[in-house]
Amino acid sequence: MSTTIDETRAGGRRPGDAIFKGTAIAAALVILLALAGVAVFLLYEGIPGILGAREETDASFVSYVWPLVYGTLVAALIALVIATPFAVGMALVISHYAPKRIAKPLGYVVDLLAAVPSVVYGVWGITVLGPQLVPLYRWLADTVPWIPFFAGPASTTGRTIFTAGVVLAIMILPIITAICREIFAQTPTLHQEAALALGATRWEMIRMAVFPYARSGMISATMLGLGRALGETMAVALVLSASGVITLNFISSTNPSTIAANIALRFPEATGLAVNLLIASGLVLFAITFAVNFAARYIAGSSARRMSR
Amino acid sequence: MSQTLEKKPAPSRDAMPLSGPRMPGSAPYLVAAAALAVGVGLGMILGGGLIAMAILAGLTFIVGITVWAWALEGRRSGVDRLVMSVVWAAFAVALVPLASLVWTVLSNGIPALSAEFFTYSMRGVIGDEPGGIYHALIGTLLITLGATVISVPVGIMTAIYIVEYGRTARLAKAITFLVDVMTGIPSIVAGLFAYALFVLIFGPGVRLGFGGSVALSLLMIPVVVRATEEMLKLVPDELREASYALGVPKWRTIVKVVLPTSLSGILTGVTLAIARVIGETAPLLIIAGSTDSVNFNLFADRMQTLPVFIYYAYTQPGVPPDPSIERAWGAALVLIAIVMLLNLLARVVGKVFAPKTGR
Amino acid sequence: MAKSIDVSDLNIYYGDFLAVQGVNMTIKARSVTAFIGPSGCGKSTFLRSLNRMHEVIPGARVEGKVVVDGQSLYDPSIDPVAVRRQIGMVFQRPNPFPTMSIYDNVLAGNRLNSRRMKKSEADSIVERSLKGANLWNEVKDRLNKPGMGLSGGQQQRLCIARAIAVEPQVLLMDEPCSALDPISTSAIEDLIHELKSDYTIVIVTHNMQQAARVSDETGFFNLKATGQPGQLVEFNPTKKVFSNPDEPATEAYISGRFG
Ligand SMILES: Nc1ncnc2c1ncn2[C@@H]1O[C@H](COP(=O)(O)OP(=O)(O)OP(=O)(O)O)[C@@H](O)[C@H]1O
Ligand SMILES: [Mg+2]
Repeated sequence: MSTTIDETRAGGRRPGDAIFKGTAIAAALVILLALAGVAVFLLYEGIPGILGAREETDASFVSYVWPLVYGTLVAALIALVIATPFAVGMALVISHYAPKRIAKPLGYVVDLLAAVPSVVYGVWGITVLGPQLVPLYRWLADTVPWIPFFAGPASTTGRTIFTAGVVLAIMILPIITAICREIFAQTPTLHQEAALALGATRWEMIRMAVFPYARSGMISATMLGLGRALGETMAVALVLSASGVITLNFISSTNPSTIAANIALRFPEATGLAVNLLIASGLVLFAITFAVNFAARYIAGSSARRMSR
Repeated sequence: MSQTLEKKPAPSRDAMPLSGPRMPGSAPYLVAAAALAVGVGLGMILGGGLIAMAILAGLTFIVGITVWAWALEGRRSGVDRLVMSVVWAAFAVALVPLASLVWTVLSNGIPALSAEFFTYSMRGVIGDEPGGIYHALIGTLLITLGATVISVPVGIMTAIYIVEYGRTARLAKAITFLVDVMTGIPSIVAGLFAYALFVLIFGPGVRLGFGGSVALSLLMIPVVVRATEEMLKLVPDELREASYALGVPKWRTIVKVVLPTSLSGILTGVTLAIARVIGETAPLLIIAGSTDSVNFNLFADRMQTLPVFIYYAYTQPGVPPDPSIERAWGAALVLIAIVMLLNLLARVVGKVFAPKTGR
Repeated sequence: MAKSIDVSDLNIYYGDFLAVQGVNMTIKARSVTAFIGPSGCGKSTFLRSLNRMHEVIPGARVEGKVVVDGQSLYDPSIDPVAVRRQIGMVFQRPNPFPTMSIYDNVLAGNRLNSRRMKKSEADSIVERSLKGANLWNEVKDRLNKPGMGLSGGQQQRLCIARAIAVEPQVLLMDEPCSALDPISTSAIEDLIHELKSDYTIVIVTHNMQQAARVSDETGFFNLKATGQPGQLVEFNPTKKVFSNPDEPATEAYISGRFG
């Protein structure tokens, strides 16, 4: 397989080496098998669900899964729109604004956000965040009902897709922040000093030197955050009071559900074909997150190639 | 001075204006004090709560410092101050949920803690009879242990393959890509996979703890691989070559030289990986299920875990609901404490096992 | 009108570490002043303290006075951003902004001050600056190509063009040729000669012949002793420094009998 000079010289023929290398390859193959397994088993259990959707729900699989896809995308996009500016701001604080001494502790604090289990976020979202947002929803529904997102009538529990989006935003904040701050901190001193020496203020320096350098990294960070938000289950399952509709109205008590939340809510009681149907929807979720993550890595990779030239 | 510069983009080169009206170094504190006064004052007059006061004070600060800098030092300085106060404000605002969450969990969870809470299961518990999370603790422990036992060897050996053997091989590239894909698997999909796998062996409706371990290891392996890979790459090639030059075979070089050098980083990575999966709910909901009794057997029957316990205790509390909801908060507190401890442990481990060099 | 710089009793710190101690000198307007000295003696540190780039490093600070045009640079009423605009800087390694075209690189500093510039005005600044940096003929057909696509020497001249585009009073150069081949080096030396009539130029160099060729006055920096702060040992007209220096240490360094 691989032939490095070291290997031949240090004795690829020894039995110890062969066994060790074999174990390493076997471990790598386990990963290959596991992923193949994910695809095969989900397809095997999911395809009956796709084919049998009509029996189970009186509609085609597409019309079953489409509202869920819609809800998944909407919740994740709300999360992204809220989280990205905050994440960039927080990353800038840590990389460029905070004094060195406190930048590190601030980084730890942001990481704490990532340490909270999602089910706890969900419970907190219902008890604290939702009720806190109700006055805002009421105000929006009264003041700007002509914006389709805020058409109302406002939910009285706060368990809306918007609340779910806010919870998701909090959950993906640490990931996006961590990646952004890493890239910001890697901006070559050379370029930052070039800007400062031209008489740039700190913000002008960030715009001239830091953002151009970090742009593709920021994009791929937000896409990774998006991938996480798409697949997040429990917080949404808990917070959202879903009725499976397709609507642009983010603040009412009738909300679209998401694929993941729908599975979590229905799976424990599901039997027979319903199980297959849920697995099939999981397959769709897998495909979506795969595409998003793939795009994120592709963007990061292609810019790395461009920068290294 | 920057006003002068702005009005004349190309100033006569005789003039060299460097000074001008400048804000004092204490400006941010002055504005902060004033903003606080405005926020509290207006909040009291308008009758808003603490949140309203904080928002008012924050906005007053941002506007105040921007306007002052703009008026005194010019547009560019104003914008600079604006951005600075906005990013700090963003940071502060983002910490509000964390503070609120910690406070909520502590204040709701502490009353639930008691000796019974940790030593009783929920078997046959009705209403406010003493019940606890013993069964969930055992389940979480066993399932996570199972996931660790699967993930650590596979993860570390895979990383060894990628870094030590496969630097040029096509398989290594493919594996690197697949690990990326794995990182992005939604946890619920991991649960579905475990279910789809075990349903073939045990038939429909299967629930078992080991399934949870399999699902979690799907989430854990990529984290372990990434952490180990990073650490192995940090080991300088000179160290390997020095060992080869002594006639030490490659595998012993890896085991005796490379791994010990990167041990602290690998242990840290493994601990963080455990911390990441121990709070997972969705896959366990699907494949490990939920039960009120203690189950020590990973390979048969439903097994309760902390996250799933929280979920059901909160969403299906029974009558009366309060004792169950209190137990949910208590369990949430315990779960967060475990995750935080693991994170702390990761840092300590990183320090303790760090290779002892003079540098 | 280029300006002279008066430095008195300047101590420069990185945190608690005193890097350069007790510098006194007057840098003449419209002349080239060169700093030479062994590595680590604080030439770059001193140079960066002349346009307040030093304080960009966390914990870095300065004691003493730097006076330009009657204004003390470290006075609280001074705006460091304005200082850096008036006292431009060229770095050891060429550092054009990688995402900007040649055209935009030259204008980067000007755009900070006037957001809306007329196209004709911008064009004339670009042409004048690139001509000033002896780069115009080489790049005039590809102004919209990325600045990173140029050779190292061209990139460095682009950085000089960028620095003179904002018409500073003083130009500081920290080993501007150390990453360049002899031909590019000589192009930049010629350029320094021409720029001298408009700017006060301060240049750090490890190349003794270069100091002798381009500069009017030379300052020799050295460490007092190992582990001690750097200091200005001698500051004299270049001719004198290279033929008949006051200090034996200077002579030893220049003739290579050093350390
Ligand atoms: N960012 C920094 N933090 C702390 N100390 C520094 C920093 N930069 C330089 N120093 C120290 O200050 C002293 C002077 O460094 P400086 O870079 O000015 O030397 P130099 O004369 O320019 O050397 P060279 O000829 O190699 O460029 C050295 O002891 C160096 O270690
Ligand atoms: Mg230097």
